[in-house]
Parts: sequence; structure tokens; C-alpha cells
Amino acid sequence: MNVAVTLDEVRQESLPSASEAGPAPKRIVVAYGFWIFLLSDIVMFAALFAAYAVLVHATAGGPAGAQLFNQGSAAIETACLLASSYTCGLMSLAVDARRRATFYLFALVTFVLGAAFLTLEIREFADMIARDATPQRSAFLSAFFTLVGCHGLHVTAGLIWLAVMMAQVTLKGLRANVERRLLCFALFWHALDIIWVWLFTVVYLMGVRP
Amino acid sequence: MNLLGNLNWSAIPFDQPIVMFATALMVLGIAFVLGWTGLKGYWPYLWREWITSVDHKRIGIMYIVLALLMLLRGFTDAIMMRAQQAVAAGGAHGYLPPEHFDQVFSAHGTIMIFFMAMPFVIGLMNFVVPLQLGVRDMAFPTLNSVSLGLTASGILLTNISLAVGEFAKTGWVAYPPLSELQFSPGVGVDYYLWALQISGIGTLLTGINFVTTILKTRAPGMGYMRMPVFCWTALASNLLMVAAFPVLTATMAMLLLDRYLGFHFFSVDGQGNPMMYVNLFWVWGHPEVYILILPAFGIFSEVISTFSGKPLFGYRSMVAATMAICVLSFLVWLHHFFTMGASANVNGFFGVMTMIIAVPTGVKVFNWLFTMYGGRVRFTVPILWSIGFMVTFVIGGMTGVLTAVPPADFQLHNSLFLVAHFHNVIIGGVVFGVLAGFNYWFPKAFGFMLDERWGRRAFWCWLVGFYLAFMPLYVVGLMGMTRRMQHYDDVSWQPWLVLAAIGALVILAGVVCQIVQLVVSIRDRAQHRDVTGDPWNGRTLEWATASPPPAWNFAILPRIAERDAYWTGKQRARAAQAQPTQGRAYETIEVPKSSPIGFVNAFFAVVTGFALIWHIWWMAGLGLIGAFLTLIVFAFRDQEEVEIPAVQVAQFEARRQAEVTP
Repeated sequence: MNVAVTLDEVRQESLPSASEAGPAPKRIVVAYGFWIFLLSDIVMFAALFAAYAVLVHATAGGPAGAQLFNQGSAAIETACLLASSYTCGLMSLAVDARRRATFYLFALVTFVLGAAFLTLEIREFADMIARDATPQRSAFLSAFFTLVGCHGLHVTAGLIWLAVMMAQVTLKGLRANVERRLLCFALFWHALDIIWVWLFTVVYLMGVRP
Repeated sequence: MNLLGNLNWSAIPFDQPIVMFATALMVLGIAFVLGWTGLKGYWPYLWREWITSVDHKRIGIMYIVLALLMLLRGFTDAIMMRAQQAVAAGGAHGYLPPEHFDQVFSAHGTIMIFFMAMPFVIGLMNFVVPLQLGVRDMAFPTLNSVSLGLTASGILLTNISLAVGEFAKTGWVAYPPLSELQFSPGVGVDYYLWALQISGIGTLLTGINFVTTILKTRAPGMGYMRMPVFCWTALASNLLMVAAFPVLTATMAMLLLDRYLGFHFFSVDGQGNPMMYVNLFWVWGHPEVYILILPAFGIFSEVISTFSGKPLFGYRSMVAATMAICVLSFLVWLHHFFTMGASANVNGFFGVMTMIIAVPTGVKVFNWLFTMYGGRVRFTVPILWSIGFMVTFVIGGMTGVLTAVPPADFQLHNSLFLVAHFHNVIIGGVVFGVLAGFNYWFPKAFGFMLDERWGRRAFWCWLVGFYLAFMPLYVVGLMGMTRRMQHYDDVSWQPWLVLAAIGALVILAGVVCQIVQLVVSIRDRAQHRDVTGDPWNGRTLEWATASPPPAWNFAILPRIAERDAYWTGKQRARAAQAQPTQGRAYETIEVPKSSPIGFVNAFFAVVTGFALIWHIWWMAGLGLIGAFLTLIVFAFRDQEEVEIPAVQVAQFEARRQAEVTP
């Protein structure tokens, strides 16, 4: 969980040069591979962002962002997601300290905050669709629903993952591979935050600029 | 509601004799292989040792088997196209109706790029990279098996489209608006999209796996500047996979949303932007070219250095050139469509970048030449392919630099000149490369050599056939013939296209020679046996272990002190007249446990893909749930590794010693 500590371990055992130290421990290999996956995921989002940027004014006579976006709701969504990242960090510390009860508590809080985010997002989508602002309406709305919806799908996947991890901790305990998966989950959850910050800026803040 | 979605008996083209014949051949082939292996009682063995194996060497071999099969399929398409264009001149319309011809050229491109070249390159990397790094497996062995399964799923879906429904008629790039539902209402584009989506995820996972393997698991002492050049090129290629394939996934997802849910990303109505697809496609597509060619460069580097008996000339410049290409490959995508109508400055920038990317490639060619210069070159089959490559690729590269000039490209765009150019670099580069690698590493994989005589015949047929088949296409391209023509009126093109068809037949002879080479070598494997594990006097670590290598690759992880680790090790042992490896203490080795997850997951991927193509929603749901449950079951398994006792390792090594020194 604690990247700085892990890095220190590498430095000590890998004299004289880290690149000649031989195969890295499994924990590092797994986390590193997951980082690479996250980078690829961010590249995918970059393509969706690019599509959104190209199509943002292609409203085909339909509503534009300024008429549709509710910044208050988006702000609460943001708050939920950022807070869930914080509790996810507390969950990681609990795993490090091997405090199971604390782990469950913060995992549950993270789950609830994530679910709240998702509920608000679905409500926003439903509201837009009710006002006839469907993804079929214009290229702009296609790009909007795809970009934001793809992030929402990621959050959904994260919630399922978190639920499975709670089950795993219950059934298998905090054994090494469960810990590694929790480490990857934490990375995933924080990465979703980073993407959301961009999304909030590009879609919800820049979108309502006069 | 219809339980089978859009699927019914009219999906099977009974009225098209050519398609039905091909389908019958395919079904008979599959039935024969399944029946024969079943009769011989091989199924349990195949299941245990191959299909559920997570050993990188076996997975690599399975990738290459897939690639060779798809080479035959894609090549059949090529022969059909050449035959069609050789006869369909003037008033004649040939033997292929337009809608079939369109499917043939789309399938040819898709299969050759995604299901021949990619699996071949990935297969070779799978087999070689962990051995060259001096380690026991990939960073994520089970994930590797999942990748293989997803690639195979894509291949299966593409080939099912031959029998059930149709394939895309849009060309392998599937540009909208043509590929939108409005203009391609059939299932062809859906087959294309889902096959590529599924296999694309497999490729992305492969990329992640290799980048982690190369950067995080190398034998002790193997610093970056001691890695074999093939590992460097594999690293560059896989970095490109990680950075480029997500773009393809996103782009295809957008097109799928357009087609399935009526979105407006690339449609002509709703203010969609078809050119955005073309841009995004080539943001993936141009790096893809380098994903394929960089490992081929690595193979040539290994082959040329080995058979010249010299270390590679300019190792550092080779590494720098590889990484330069890796970065520059993302800055040239617009040269695929200079005719889009971007401003002169934009076209100028991409034209200049395209010319610049030729520079590191030129550096490489000179490095190979200087490696051979002053060396004692042994003219084996792999080096023949390498020399054939150097000549052919330089010609292809020069026509590439020519088309990089925007004004020239306006003339040449979408002409057969372009088709000749990219076949010149892909056949002359990638295909020659993987065939060199195939001949070079085959003895490592199976413990016996490939027949040299038939290998040489295959090479000469391919080389001569290539020039006969593609040089005429440059000419008709300059005469104004565009690509993908089912028939044409200008009869002055016909002699050239007849010549190209003859060239294709010569390549066919090369393919036949290759099959004969394989059959003859397997038949005479006792004479071709190599017990040393080092038949070519190699330089890198894969030659330091037995052929075929044991599941654990190395009994003791090698410690590396310099480049060309195995070669310098041999020199030192000879100088000291040391007895190799006597009475060493072996330790228990942990190897990853076999797992059926790759196969099961591939099964559900095919079910889901097929269901989505035919709009059988309940089946798609079941497939997704199945894939998810597979993952959960896998996540809850208790044992990830099996132990190989030290005694077994010691016995293997003792037996090998006895074989090497009789």
C-alpha cells in the first residue's frame, strides 16, 4: 500500500544499480503492471476526451452544455468521489496495519460514497434524457454520454471489485495475493479520481463558460 | 421476440459456390484435426500440456501456429484478388461478384495484419523474450494465456463470418460513413468490429505483460544496456501496444455505439464527424506498423550478429534508433490522409516528420551492414531472409519517403502504388523477419533443425515472387489504377496485373516449399536433432539452456556481467578450459500453475461476440456473466504455483550433460 516504503526496500536490496538487481519481488511486479494498465486506460480516456473536444460544438441544433449541466449536482458528485478516495487511502492504511475491522469500515464508506456518486450521475443522465437530450440527439451529446458514461462504468466496475475484495478478505484473510489486489484496487480508485478531475474541468466547468 | 436475434438460415450463403466450398474445406479441416487427435487419444495431452499451459514457450508456439494458419487463409484471399484483377479487364467482370470481392480484400487486410502478423510477432516475443532475459516466465503467466485466448476468439469470429453471414465490405480500415449502419446494414462490419475489439483487448494485455516483464524481471546483472537488441525492440513494440491499442478500442467502441444505439460520432447526420474516425484510426494505425516492424528489426539484429560471428555494430545507436522510432511513430499519422484537406502547414509538418522517421531506420540498415562487414558470414536460411529484407525494405522505404511528400501523395493516394509500397515494407520487413525468426528459433523450440534445402527454396520463391507480384503494382499505380477495383476498363493495365498474378503464384510456390520444409524436417527429425541447445553458435541466453527448454528455462538463474552474455561466457569457459556445470547444487523451483481460465474465457468471449453480432441479447448476457464468474472463480483459487523438486531439476541437467558430452 505504501509506495514510499516499497521503494525504500528496493533501493536497499539492489546495490549497486537497480537495473541489475534481478527479478523484482512479486508485489512490485504486480503493482507496476497495474500502473501500466492504468496508463493504457488513461490513453483510452484521452481518445474519448479528444472526441468530446472535437464534437463539443456539434449540437445539431439541440441543447448545448450550458443549458444542460447542473453544476451543483456535479460538485456534490465530485465531493463524493474525492472523499471516497480519502477513505480508500484510510482503508489501505488499515490493511497495512492488519486491522480488519477498520478495513471493513473504510471499505464500506468508500463503497457507499462511490455508490452515491453513481446514483447522482444516473439521476443526471435520466434527467437529461427526460428533457429529450438523449445521446441520439446530436454528436455533442453522443460524445458527452460516452465520455462521462465510460467513467461511470469504471466506477461501477470498481464497486463490484471492492465488494469482491471484501468477500475475499472475509473468506481468505489478508494473505499476500489479496493484499496485492487491494493495492491494485486502491491505484484504480485513485486513477478514477484523476480522470474525474479532468472530466469535471473539461465538461462541467469549461462547458458552461459563456 | 426472436430467440435467435437476426440469425436465420438465410445467413448461410448457400447460393455462393465459392464461399460454400471454402466453408466446407474449413469445416472438414477442423473436423479432421479434431477427429484425428481424438482417435489418437491426444485430447487429454493437448488439454493438459498446451491449452491450459501458462508456459510462455508453449503459448508462443500456439500463437505461431495460429499465425501460420491465418497466413494460409489470408494468402488464399490474396490469390483470389490477383486472379480476379488479372482477368477482369475491359468488359470482363471476372469470377468474383463485387460484394464478394469487397469482402475478400477486407478480410485479407484484417487477417494479415491482426491475425497473421500480430500473432506471429507476439508468438516469437513470447517464446524468446523471457529466455533472452534469463528468467523463468513472463511477469503475468496466466494473463498471457488469457491474451492468447482472446486473440484466438477474434480469429474464430472472423472465420465464422465466412460461413455464417458475411464479412465487412469496407476495406480493413472500415471508414465511416460507409461503415455506418445506414450504408453497411449487414453483419459484416459487426463481425469486423467485435473480432477486433476482443482480440484488441488480448493484445493490450500482452503489451502490459511484456512491458512489465522486460522492465521488472530480468536476470541479475542484466542492466538495460546489456539487454539483447531483440528485447529492446520488443520493449518498444509493447510500449506502443500499451499506448496505441486503447485508442483503437475507444474508436471501435464509438463506431459500435453509432451502429447499435444510433449515436452520432461519425455519422453524416447529427453533426457527426467521419474524419475523426480516420484520425483516431491512424493514431492507432501508424504505431501499429511499428509494433510489427520493430520486433522484426530485432530478429534481423540477432540473426545478422550471430551468423556474422560478431557483436552487433553500434549497439547503443541501435537502441537509440529503436526508441526514437517508438516516439516518432506517434507523430506521423496524418500522412495516411494528406488528402483530408488539412492546411498546407499541417500537411507539411506531417510530411517532414515522416521523412525524419526514415533516419533512425537508415541508421539501423547501416548498423546491420557494418555488422556483416569484416565478419565471417554463414549463409544459412535466417541470414538469407535478412539480406533479402535489407534490399527489399530499403526499396519499400524509399517509395515511402516519396509518398511522404504531400503533393506527390495527392497523386498516389489510394492508388496501387500505395498498395505496392506497404506490401513492400510489410512483406519485405515483417514477413521476412518472422520467417527468419521462425527458422532461427525453431531448433530452440523443438530440439531439431529445419531443413536448409527447402528453407532456401522457400526463400527464393518468396523473394522472386514478391518482386514479380508487387513491382507491377507500382507501375499500374503510377498509371492511375486505384486500389480495391473489382474490374476496370483500361486494358493497358492488364499485362501488369497478369504479371502480378504470376508473382503471386511464385509466392504460392514459396508457401508450399515452407510446408514441405516443415513436413520434411519433422519426418527426418532424428537426423536433424540438435542436442547441444546451441546449434548456431549463438550469443544470447536462450542458447544457454536445453532445446526444447524445460518448463523452468534455467536450472540456475544466470548472472550477467556484459552484453552478449552467453557468447562471452563461452569464450571465458574455453579460455579457462572449464568443465561446465558439474555437481552444482540445485534448488526447488516454483513455476506457475496451469489454468483453464484462458480457454474458458475465450469460449465466453466467442459466445458474447457472436451473440452481439447477431443481436441475440440473452446469449450476450449469459456470455458476459460466464466471463465474470470465470474471473471470480480464478480469483478465489488457492494455489498459484507448483514446485519442481530440486532432484528433478538435477536429473534433467545430468541427462542433458550426458547427451552433450557422450
